[in-house]
Amino acid sequence: MNKSVNKSVNEGVNESANVNLDANATAAPLTLRAESLTLIRGERTLFEDLSFQINAGEALILRGVNGVGKTSLLRVLAGFTIADGGQVTFYNKKQVPLGAIERALTRYVSHANQLKDGLSAEENLHEALLLDAIASTHQSRLDALNKVGLLAQRSIVAKKLSQGQKRRVGIASLILCRKPIWLLDEPTNALDDAGATLLLKAVDQHLTDGGIAIVATHLSLALAQTSRTRELLMHEITLKTRH
Amino acid sequence: MSHAGVKPKFETTPLDTPEHGLLVAAARDLKLAMRSRGELMQALVFFIIVASLFPLAIGPETAILKRVAPGVIWVCALLAVLLTLPRIFHQDYEDGTLEQLALSRYPLTIICAGKMIAHWLTTGLPLALLSAVIGMQFGLSPVELGVMALSLLIGTPILTMLGAIGAALTLGVRGGAILMALLVLPLYIPVLIFGTGAIEANMAGLDATPNLYLSAAIFLCGLVLSPFAVAAAVKISLD
Amino acid sequence: MALFKYAAPASFYPLAGMLVPWFATIAFLLCVIGLYLGLFVAPEDFQQGEVYRIIFIHVPTAWMAMFIYLVMAGYAILSLVYQTKLSAMMIEALAPTGAMFTALALLTGALWGKPTWGTYWAWDARMTSTLILLFLYVGYIALMNAIEDKKRADKAGALLVLVGSVNVPIIYFSVKWWNTLHQGASISVSGGSKMASIMLWSMLIMALACWAYAIAVALCRVRAIILEREKNAAWVDNIKQAKDG
Repeated sequence: MNKSVNKSVNEGVNESANVNLDANATAAPLTLRAESLTLIRGERTLFEDLSFQINAGEALILRGVNGVGKTSLLRVLAGFTIADGGQVTFYNKKQVPLGAIERALTRYVSHANQLKDGLSAEENLHEALLLDAIASTHQSRLDALNKVGLLAQRSIVAKKLSQGQKRRVGIASLILCRKPIWLLDEPTNALDDAGATLLLKAVDQHLTDGGIAIVATHLSLALAQTSRTRELLMHEITLKTRH
Repeated sequence: MSHAGVKPKFETTPLDTPEHGLLVAAARDLKLAMRSRGELMQALVFFIIVASLFPLAIGPETAILKRVAPGVIWVCALLAVLLTLPRIFHQDYEDGTLEQLALSRYPLTIICAGKMIAHWLTTGLPLALLSAVIGMQFGLSPVELGVMALSLLIGTPILTMLGAIGAALTLGVRGGAILMALLVLPLYIPVLIFGTGAIEANMAGLDATPNLYLSAAIFLCGLVLSPFAVAAAVKISLD
Repeated sequence: MALFKYAAPASFYPLAGMLVPWFATIAFLLCVIGLYLGLFVAPEDFQQGEVYRIIFIHVPTAWMAMFIYLVMAGYAILSLVYQTKLSAMMIEALAPTGAMFTALALLTGALWGKPTWGTYWAWDARMTSTLILLFLYVGYIALMNAIEDKKRADKAGALLVLVGSVNVPIIYFSVKWWNTLHQGASISVSGGSKMASIMLWSMLIMALACWAYAIAVALCRVRAIILEREKNAAWVDNIKQAKDG
C-alpha cells in the first residue's frame, strides 16, 4: 500500500530529465531576499526601505491590521506588483539568483478561492497541477482530497461546495503542488478549527521539506511559536521585525 | 536520485515544453467553455438575430440586401466577437486563477496564446461557418458565401488577438465592457475593410485574393506580436 | 547625463514653468506670421478661390494630430522600458492637445468640404484616417480616466498607445485602400506639391506655430499633473507655502 502511494506521489518527477533548467536551480534550499522594498499606493506609503531574508525551511508571518499592506507586500514578493524601490531576489543553494524561473516556483494563495466554479474538486486539482507541468495521477489527487477530508466531495462542482470546503480544496492543491515558495494571504479565512489545523500541518510539512512560507494574517497562528518562524509586524509606514 | 531523507520534491518534468503549455492553456479554456455551452451559444444566436435585423430594417429587396451583405454580416460578426471578449480573462480575474496562470510553469505569453486559440475555436470559427448560412438570407451565391466564410476565417483570429489586448487592459475597470469596445473597435477597422473588400471584390467579378492576402498578413503579424502584448496587458492588470 | 536630473518630476516642474512662456510667445508670433502670409499674401487658388485658405489651419492641425500621437508613442516606449513616471505623465499631458488638433482638423476639413464639394463629410481617405485617430485619442483618455490606480493607469495607457501606434500605419493604408476601391473623394489643393511656395511656407510656419503651442500647453498641463500626483511630497508643500505666505 505504501509503495503505491509513494509511487503516485513521485509520479511526474522525471529524475533524469531537467528540460530547461540547471538541475540545481530548482532544488531546495532556496533563499528569499528582499532589499529596501518601498511601495506607495496612491497617497499612502505602505512600506519603506523594508529588508529581510528568509532561508529554506523558514517562515515569515506578516502581522498587522487590515489594510496595512500585507497583501501588497505578498503581491510584490509574488512579482505581480513592482515595488517603487528595492528588489526581491530568490537564490538557489549556490547563491545564484534564479531569475525568471522564480515565478514557476511560487505559489500564491489569495483571498479569492482560486477555483473554477464549473469544474469538480478533483478536476480543479488536476487543472491547477497541469499548469505546473505536473501530470498528477487520479490516486494522488484522491489522496490529497482525503487528507483534507473532501474525498466524498471529489466529484461535486466547486460552485456547489461551501466556502470552507472550497478553501480546503485550496489546501489540497497546496499539498500537491511542488512549489518551494508559498505566499499565503489570510489562508485561515473561512476555515474552521479542523481546517486551520490541516493548513498549519501542511505548512509545517512544507517547511520540513525545505520550503519557504510567508503568511499574512491578522490572527495568531499556531505556527508562530516554532523556532523556524519570524514575525514582521506591519504598522502604518513604520515597521518592526522580531525573531 | 532520491535517497532516504532527501525529497526530490521540486524538480522539473518532461511536460515543461512551450508546445505543451500551449496545449494545456487551450485545453483548459476549451474545457471550461464546454461546461458553459449556453454562453457560447448566446454569441452565435446574437449574431443570427442581429444579422436578421437588417433585412427587417432595410426591406427584403434582394439587390439591396446583396449589396450590403458583406458589410452587415461582417459588422454583426465583429459585434458578436466583441460580446465574447470579456470571457477570455474576466472569470479568471474574478476567481483568482489569473494569479495562478501568471505563476505557472509556462510563460504567460504561451498561456495567453493558448487562451486566444481556445477563444477563436469557440467564437470565430463557428461565426465564420455560420456566416455562410446567414449569407444565404441575403441572397449570396455559393461562391460568394465561400469567400465570405474564408474572409471571416482569416479575419476572426485577428479580432480575437486585438480583442484580447483590450480585454486584458480593462480587467476590473469600471465600465469595462464598453470601454473595451471603445479601445478595440478602431483597431478592428483594417480587418473589417479587408474582410468586406474580399467579398465585394468577388461579387464584382474581381479577384478576392489581394484583400485576403492583406488580411492574412495582418493575421501573421498579430500571431507573432499579440501574445506579448496580451501578456504585458495581463501583467499590468495584476499590478 | 545631467539631463536625466530632469526626469524627476520635482526638478522638471520648475523647468517646465520656465519654458512655457517662451514657447507660448514663439507660438503666438509664428501664428501671426503664418496667418498673415496665408490669408493676405498667398495668391488665390486657381480652382477654389479664397475658400482654400482654410488649409493653412487644416493641414498643420492634421500634421500635428499625427505627430503628437507619434510623440506619445515615443514617451510610451520610454515609460515602459525605463519605468519613468514623467514619461507617462507627458503622454497624459499631450493626449488632450492631440485630440483637440484632431478635432480641429476634422472641423476645418468639413468646413472646406462644404463649399468645395457641397458636402461636409466626403469620406476622403485622409479625413477618415483622422477620424479614426480621434477615436484612438478618445480611447486613451477614457482608459486613463477609468483606472483609478495611477501606476496601473500609466502602464495601461502606454501599452494602449504603443498598440495603437503600431496599428496607425495599417489603419491608414487600409483606409486608403478602401477609398480607392470605392472611388472616394480626395481633398487637395490644385497642383498638389507644385503649389506656390508661399503657400507651402505658410503651412510650414503654421505647423511650427501649432508645434510650439502644443509644447507650451503640454508643459503647462504636465505641471498640473505633477502637482496632482505629487501632492503629498515635501517640495509641493514648499510651493503651497510660498504661494500662501
